[in-house]
Parts: sequence; structure tokens; C-alpha cells
Amino acid sequence: MNDTINHKPITINQTRYMKLSGLEPLVLNENSNFINVGERTNVAGSRKFLRLIKEEKFDEALDIARHQVDGGAQIVDINMDDGLIDGKEAMVRFLNLIAAEPDICRVPMMIDSSKWEIIEAGLQVVQGKCVVNSISLKEGEEKFIWEATQIKRYGAAVIVMAFDEVGQADNYERRIEIAKRSYDILVNKVGFPSEDIIFDLNIFPVATGMEEHRKNAIDFIEATRWVRENLENVSVSGGVSNVSFSFRGNNGVREAMHSVFLYHAIQNGMNMGIVNPTMLEVYDDIPKDLLEHVEDVILDRRDDATERLLDFAETVKGSKAEKTVDLSWREGTIQDRITHALVKGIDAFIIEDVEQARQEASKPIEVIEGNLMIGMNVVGDLFGAGKMFLPQVVKSARVMKKAVAYLNPFIEAEKSDKSEPVGKILMATVKGDVHDIGKNIVSVVLACNNYEIVDLGVMVPPEKIIETAISERVDAIGLSGLITPSLDEMVYLAKEMQNKNFEVPLLIGGATTSKAHTAVKIDTQYKNAVVHVNDASRAVTVVGDLLNKKTAHAYVSKMKKDYDEFRTKFLKRGKEKSYISIEEARKRKFKIDWETSEIVKPKEMGVQILKQLSLKELLPYIDWSPFFRSWDLHGKYPNILEDDVVGEQATQLFEDAQDMVQHIIAKQSLKPKAVFGIFEANAINDDDISVQKKGEEIAVFRTLRQQLKKREGIPNHALSDFIAPKDSGKTDYIGAFCVGIFGAQELADSYKANDDDYNAIMAQAIADRFAEAFAEYLHKQIRTKHWGYASDETLSNDDLIKESYKGIRPAPGYPACPDHLEKETIWELLEVEKLIGVTLTESLAMWPAAAVSGCYFANPEAKYFGLGKITDDQLTNYAERKGITKEKARKWLHPNLAG
Amino acid sequence: MSNIQEALKERILVLDGAMGTMLQAYKFTEEDFRGERFKDYPTPLQGNNDLLSITQPEAIKTIHGKYFEVGADIVETNTFSGTTIAMADYQMEDLVYELNYESAKIAKEVADEFTAKEPHKPRFVAGSIGPTNRTASMSPDVNDPGYRAVTFDELRIAYKQQVEALVDGGVDLLLVETVFDTLNAKAALFAIEEVKAERSIDVPIMLSGTITDASGRTLSGQTAEAFLISVSHVPLLSVGFNCALGANLLQPHLEAIANKTDFAISAHPNAGLPNAFGEYDETPEQMGAQIEEYLKKNLINIIGGCCGTSPEHIRVIANIASKYKPREATTLSAVEESH
Repeated sequence: MNDTINHKPITINQTRYMKLSGLEPLVLNENSNFINVGERTNVAGSRKFLRLIKEEKFDEALDIARHQVDGGAQIVDINMDDGLIDGKEAMVRFLNLIAAEPDICRVPMMIDSSKWEIIEAGLQVVQGKCVVNSISLKEGEEKFIWEATQIKRYGAAVIVMAFDEVGQADNYERRIEIAKRSYDILVNKVGFPSEDIIFDLNIFPVATGMEEHRKNAIDFIEATRWVRENLENVSVSGGVSNVSFSFRGNNGVREAMHSVFLYHAIQNGMNMGIVNPTMLEVYDDIPKDLLEHVEDVILDRRDDATERLLDFAETVKGSKAEKTVDLSWREGTIQDRITHALVKGIDAFIIEDVEQARQEASKPIEVIEGNLMIGMNVVGDLFGAGKMFLPQVVKSARVMKKAVAYLNPFIEAEKSDKSEPVGKILMATVKGDVHDIGKNIVSVVLACNNYEIVDLGVMVPPEKIIETAISERVDAIGLSGLITPSLDEMVYLAKEMQNKNFEVPLLIGGATTSKAHTAVKIDTQYKNAVVHVNDASRAVTVVGDLLNKKTAHAYVSKMKKDYDEFRTKFLKRGKEKSYISIEEARKRKFKIDWETSEIVKPKEMGVQILKQLSLKELLPYIDWSPFFRSWDLHGKYPNILEDDVVGEQATQLFEDAQDMVQHIIAKQSLKPKAVFGIFEANAINDDDISVQKKGEEIAVFRTLRQQLKKREGIPNHALSDFIAPKDSGKTDYIGAFCVGIFGAQELADSYKANDDDYNAIMAQAIADRFAEAFAEYLHKQIRTKHWGYASDETLSNDDLIKESYKGIRPAPGYPACPDHLEKETIWELLEVEKLIGVTLTESLAMWPAAAVSGCYFANPEAKYFGLGKITDDQLTNYAERKGITKEKARKWLHPNLAG
Repeated sequence: MSNIQEALKERILVLDGAMGTMLQAYKFTEEDFRGERFKDYPTPLQGNNDLLSITQPEAIKTIHGKYFEVGADIVETNTFSGTTIAMADYQMEDLVYELNYESAKIAKEVADEFTAKEPHKPRFVAGSIGPTNRTASMSPDVNDPGYRAVTFDELRIAYKQQVEALVDGGVDLLLVETVFDTLNAKAALFAIEEVKAERSIDVPIMLSGTITDASGRTLSGQTAEAFLISVSHVPLLSVGFNCALGANLLQPHLEAIANKTDFAISAHPNAGLPNAFGEYDETPEQMGAQIEEYLKKNLINIIGGCCGTSPEHIRVIANIASKYKPREATTLSAVEESH
């Protein structure tokens, strides 16, 4: 046996020990056992916790924290990084509530975020000595030094990820290189107490079947040893469950792997980490043969260690281990092979399998109704049970379509009956709206479950929906929309369906829709079933219940009753908040001292176009987390790739996305275009912004002001507060922009033509990411170059870095500026349509759909805020200022009207 | 190395006693508090003791002098409530800089006189930084535990203003005291560190918490050791406890931290617990006897008095302190050896 690990007792280099505190102290010393960090209070790691935070069920969220402390967690990790929640507000709120629970806050808190502002907000509300999770050299030394300096001043310990400008450390040398460099900077340049440094040296899976993953565990363990022997006083931490990732579903093997890994890692100096106590076998209780196989893998002791453990794993608790490239399934029966191909989304052999099935069947239709449906039912069951995830199901659909496309000519030739679908569903994105990723996903999932889909596409007028529903005799109608005006379209359609005495159920979905809106505004318009379905996994069961003749009646009455109760509760809830008049709100505006506030004169004034940009330039600016969300995979990137539940799927999806990105770049199949401009501007009449050119007014932005009653001293914001008012005598400036990614539709259509919905949806999702990245890129160019108010953004001075993200770029239709009508102002000001070809629909959605527009505010005190609800007086005043009827104003702003 | 660090190695340093108790004896009226300058001020000002540094500076100087006379090494400026947050009660937020600056200047003048007379015993001025009347980690509203009446940033900004004025006024060190909410103290420390960094200066910091009840915890719920850990990220001159309890009840908490830190240890207890009339009636001798217990155990580097203590108390305490050696923390002794 070739034993790789160093068994000599480790000589830990330690003279000082980390001390943390909640209400009570947590002091490490030479006799300390492993410190266990609880991480169920993490929105990226726990779907339940995410749901509770989203629904503001803080009491139940506190129970999760309490449960962890009761269960022995010595530190509680809290993470609120999710695009759908205000992370900063949630972090502060939750920590404040924890501070009132002595049985939770007796232990130290770990403030976990990838966003500095969330970390800082957390540090500001905890009296004890916390741990920050995490910082790294990923974005360079300056940011690292600045953050560490602040953390030191707040009095917290810090987790440092083994990550630098080049990437994440994935071998022994890189781990120690980054740890050493981080340590030297922290200790020598920042003066950070070495005992308050914790390294997370990246635990990655082993036994994945990939040669380069073989040393993942041993490299971590050896790097841990090096760090504890060479970097005085530090701790080493990590998330242990990652190591056994490839044995998901086989807890027997996983528990043994965790124990073996921890046994060796702790002996070599790992002293902290995230371990699920229920997923841990006692080292000595591991059967000798299993122990040997597991240690072979963890310690990389033999070339065939992975294969041997895989084989052996079959015998452990009878569960079956998976392997990436394992063709043994080809030896099963024809049905097993077809089912396997569908479940795994493998299309490499489907034609040959279907052909064999066809030869064995008496009629080709039997292959669809028999073999393929059996397989798809397995897929449906697994998906329903949460054991498969959306990207897998979409891949299954791709295999299914391929099989059906192959069989169709045979069926036609026989002139036998076509397969009978269980129901026909009309799907449409409503008039004025262009967003259809969600709708496409639901369509695919329903099609997988043997529903026939009549997809009318995007921007579908209500008449066409009604007409098609009648002529096609559909069994249900599904409507989708992403922007707020689409809500009105849905209400209108529900009314029309009632007028025409429709009886089919109406399904509502899309980012802007909600159960509240559906219950309050849509459900009341239509006597039959209206159901809000916002994730694809629910769509199948909901439609199943609605269309099942036996259960439909009871289900519909139950839904109606449920919505009725929800409506009553919701309407009651809305009354609790109180508002102040618009005059009063204006008195409480956010006040900037214009005498001292620095106004930077833009380097370049006027309108400019940007068309020759390579997509490659945008890659570093892509935020991938929303991409995963569009596939119903929840978690933040890159952690999601290692998530216990969805990590494997996320990794696969991400790899597929990377392939497509490379393809898109190589073929230039997407084209970014942007127009932007910077102008002189002054705030006038409190809430308006007058845009000028050589002293002449060329446009006016009408901004809306918060009216929620706030504590004394807390201002009621409007965007106009960030621009110097006319009577200040100062000339201020404002910018506007629109970026668009062209070609996504054509690309998606080309995939669809090949029955490849998976890649069609992928293309749209990637185009969306590029649009957001482009907006991010352009904002940086504006800050550092065109406007240049932050041209010092890259300098090393602490204060300059502090201001590096100075300025905001609010977009119409988003919380600070929910008014879509302001897009028209931008379009006129920048001649957007003429210059780059991004158009506005009647609902003011942008086409192409992958587009972002907004304004630039440069004042260092400008910040994002949510408008919240406004009252009738502001609506009246706004309509007057804008010169539109109050009815028109109400139509556009109604989601923001109080009462 | 500043003078006070030298002095701290040589002997137990004596901090002054109560300012408020001494001022009560003057029986100042509303008019006295107002003086000429604030005679038309819109709010009642009686009780705003910090204001007396401007309207009755001689009284403040006299009290500082009395404490130095009986043997105090350090007096505290009359600035316990000298933040915009605490001064809001009197609508005197705009006066904060001046109050702190003048208080520091007055105390420094008196200290310099004594140092000139007795150069072998240099006298020091500690800028007193109180906790304010709001808590950053507790809600004042029992029905809304997530609510906070003040934020870290509001405190940090207010403290920063106080610190700048105290430093400008010439204090030798800063004393963040009567800490009942550790988060408030962390905001004060953050502000001090900012001022230090911005001005490239070093100012020694004393930090003193308050244990409010028999459970041995601060008002915000921390144990003595957890409190110590939460404030140890800043290089303090000393850490300790003051107020709330008499000398005897403070002892276990001093013991809880004394061997867990390299910082010097300070204590300035009350003259016992208040009686039924809210008065403190422990005699100088009673209090001295209890403090002698600390000193015998070698727990202390800086000793003084809080509510209810007078120059007589401090005279007795100073006499006792002169008989004992200061506590030796590991780094203090290491510094000595290296000399």
C-alpha cells in the first residue's frame, strides 16, 4: 500500500488563540475540540430558511437558529445573499432579532456574505466579536486590505478564502501560495491579529471519476498541515460535505467519507468547519473494508481507488452509487435503457434504443405510449419528489422530443392513431411583454408530462388568446409576464374570459406576478379557477389537479376559498402602514449640502454609441446567480456549485452554459449595443429633474418620492434629491443609458428548430446575463472614463477605494423608479431606437428582451432605495406635472398605490 | 512611550471620584446653570452638568484641584454626556464641540499646575466619554425587539465629534466609561480609531464597563469575559468596570477578567449601593477596606471612585494604593524586562 499521508504528529505553530464572543465567550486553546459552525440560517444553503426570510416569517427563522445552537453549533453562520431579498435589510433585521434571544446570541455570529455592504451592516449591529465570512484576494490586494482594515476596526475575526486574482486554489501549491500571501498581507500590512485569521482552503469532491479530482482531499489536508505549521496562530476551516459529493444518495458511504476526511484533516490541523452532525459516522465504527476503500479514495492511495469504492458502495446499505461516465446501464433491458436515458437526459443512444423498441413493438405508437411514457413518468415522479431539478427535466424533454421526432414518420406511414395527450394548454406572454424564459420552461415541463402545448409566443393580444382558446378547444390557459403593466393585461384577459363564459382554468406566472395580485385583482374577475404558479415544478401538479375530472371540482372550490381567505388577510395587512402627505414628504427630503458636495464635471458631454464591443470584455462582469434562479436552482454563485442539494445539477448547467458562451463568442451570434449620454441637470420643483443642453431644457425626468411615515430624521427619498436644485446655483449633471443584446431570439429559434428547448432557453438566459453585465461594464466606464468622477477608482488609497462604487444607475420599472413611463423620456433624450434599435412595446417593455436602461447619478451620497407605496395626492400631482390624465398615471403606478 | 504608560508600570494610578456628587454641594440653580450666556435659552438647563464647564468653570476647576490635592493621578473631564445624542435632551447638539473642548482645557490647566509643583508625580487628564442615553443592541420597545433607537453610525459620528474636541482640548487619554451596551462602546472605539488614523496620533484609551446586576452581566447581557473579548481588538491602556455596584460586589468581575488580558485593569466603583433615598453612604474607610482586598490580590493598575465618592474617599484610596504594587500583566512585565 502506497500511503500518501504524513502521519508524524503535527507541530502547530501557535502562541495566541482566537477568542470570540456572543453573550458568552468562545475561547480556543490548545485543548479545544473542533469548532462546529451551524449553517442552516443560510439562504443559499437552506431553501426552507430562504422561504421563511422571503415570507418574513422571522419567528420561524429564529427557531432554526435556536435549533442549531441547541444542537451544539458553537457559531451560527448567517447568510442573506439572494437576489430576491434585500440582503442588507434582512441581515440587520435578523441579527437585531437574534440580539433579543439570549439562547441564540449567547454564541458568536458568523456574518456571511459576498457583498461588503451586507457584511458591514451586520458588523454594525452585533455587540459580540463575530467572524466575517469571507474575504479573499479575488478582486485584488487593495480591496482585500481595505476590507481587512475595516474588519479589524469593527473587532471581528475573518475567514479568508483560498482565492486570488487568478482563481480558486485547487491544488496543494496554490492553496499554500494564496494562504501565505494572504497571511503576509494581513499580518504585515494590515496589522491584523494572526489568531483572528481563519483559512478556508476549499474542500472539493473526490471520486468524481475525473483524474484531476483525485488529490482534492489529500491536497486540502496537506495544505492544512502546511498552514498550521507555518502560519503562526491561524485556524483552518471548511465545508466538509463537499468532499463526498459524488456519492449523493448513498449516505452510508458519505458518512464514512466525512469521518475519514475529518479524522485526517483534524489530525493535520483543521480546527473549525461546517459539519452536519447527523451525517457523520464514528471513525472507529466504520467497517474495516469500507474504511480501507474510503481511505484509499480520500488519501489517493491507489489508481483504481475510485472504481473500487464505487463497486464496493453498491454493497453499502444497498444504495446505488452513480458515476459520471459509466456505461453499465447499456446492459439493461430496453425499457431500463430508455428510462435511464430520459432520467439522465442522455441522447447519445436514444435513436438506436427507440429503433429497437419499435422493431419489438406491434405498432410504433406503442413505443411512445409505452416505453417513453413509462420513462417520462419516472422523470415526473422524481421531479415531483424534489429528486430531479429543472435543468435535468428540460434535458429529459430534449431526449423525448428527439425520440418522438424519430418515430413520427413511422406512425404517419402506418396511419395509426396519434398519441392522445392528457390535455391541451395554451401558453402566452401577454400583450406588450417580451419575456418568455419562464413560460418556455413551464411549457417544456408540461409537455414532458404529456400535455399538448399551444405556445402563442410573446406580445400576444388578448383577442388572439381568446380566439385560439376557442378554436383549439384548450383545457387551460397559462399567462406569463415580467413587467408591471402585464399585470393589467392579465386582469383584462380574466374579465374577457368571464364575458365569454369561459370555464377553463387560468394559470398566472412570471416574475412580476404574485399570489397577492392574483388573489386580489385577477381571481375576482373570473368565476372559474385562477391559480398563481410561479415555479415549474408546481405547474405539473396544479394542472394535473385542475384537469382531473374527478378531483377538479373539489380542487377549484378549495383554490377559490384559499384565495378568498388570502385576499381578506392581505387587504387587512395593507392598512397597517401609515403615510404622510407629499408636501410633508418633500419637507423631509434627503438633504445634500450643495455648498460642500463635490460635483464632478463630466469629461465627455452629449450622446455616444458603443457598438464594437467584444462579448469577451463583458465576461468578468457577469453575475451568474440569477442565471441559476431562472432554472429554479436557488443559491449564490459560486457556492451553488457545491450545494448539497442542487450542486451537481448547478455544476452541469454551468458547464453547459460555459460551452454555449464560448460558442456565442466564437460565432458572434449575440451583439451588444449601447447608447448613453451625460447632460447638465438641475432638480426643479422638488421632485423633477430638468435636463439641459447649453442652458436649454431638453427633457424632464419626473421622479417619485417615498411617502411612508418614517422615524424622525430618516428622509423620504426621491431620485431628484441626488441632483443639485436650480436654486443652489450649481450646475449638476445626469446620465442616461440603454444597453441591448441582439440576436438571442434568432439563436433560441435555431435551437428550437432542432427540438432543443434546453439550449433555446439557455441562449435566452445567457443573453439576459450579458445584458446585465453590459450595464455593469458601462457603468464602470462612465464612472472612470466618460464622466470620470471616479477615475481614481483603481488607486490604492483606502478612501478612494471606499468611493469606488460611488453613484447609482436606477432603472425605470425597478424599486427606486417603478414608473416605466420614464423609459420614454430616456428614449427621446438618447434617440435610443434610432441609434441602436432597441424598441419599446406598448407596455414599455424593451425589445430585444435582453436589455437594460436607466439613469446615472454621480453624487457620492446617491444611493438605491425602494419607493414603496405612494398616496393619491402624489398621484394627482404627478399626473399634473407629467401632463397626463390621472387615469393614465394610475394605470402605470397602481402597483405602488397605497390602500 | 507616553508618560502614563511609564507611570503605570511604577505604581497603581489613582483616578478621581465623582463629579456629580461634588457639584450637588454647590446647589446650583437654574440661573447658575444658564449663566449670562444662556439666560434666554429655550429649554430648562438645570441638571446639564456638562454645561457648567462653560457657565461655572471655576467650580469645575476647584473640584479637579481637590481630587489632585488628595492624590489623584488622573482626573476625568466633565463631559460624561458630551455627545449630540445625549445633549439632544437640552437641544444643545450644536454646543458639543465647545463643551468638550472647554472641559478638556480646564482640566488640563489644573493638571499642568500640579505637575509643575510635583514633577515626580505627573498628573493626567482623561476625556470622559459616557454611554449616551440610547442602546444600539437593544430595543426600547418591548413589542418590537428588532427596533433600535440609535444606529452604530449615528453613535460613531457623535462619538467622533466628542473625541476630536477632547483631543483638541488637550486630554492625555480617553476614558470610554459606564459601558452598559458593548455595541455603543464599539462605536466609540471605532470613532477613536478613525481619529487616530486620520491624525496619525496615538491616544491611550481606558475602557470601563458596567455590570448592572447580581447575575454578573452587562445590561446588554454579556458576561465580563465576553465583554472583554468584544472590546479587545483595540490596543487599550486599560479595561475594567465602574459604577452600578459597590467595591465588594465588583470584585468577582474584576477577577473574571484580570488574568485573561494583557491590558491594565481599572476599577472605579460606587460608594456602596444607593440607600432608600438614592444616596451613597459608604464611608471612605469602609470603601477603602474593600478596595484593599483587590490590591492584596494584585488585581488592579488603576483605581478610583464613581457615584457617591468624594475627595475624602480618594484620599483614603490613594493612601492604600501607595502601599501596594500594581498588577503585572504579561506584556507589561515583558516591556520592563526588555529595558
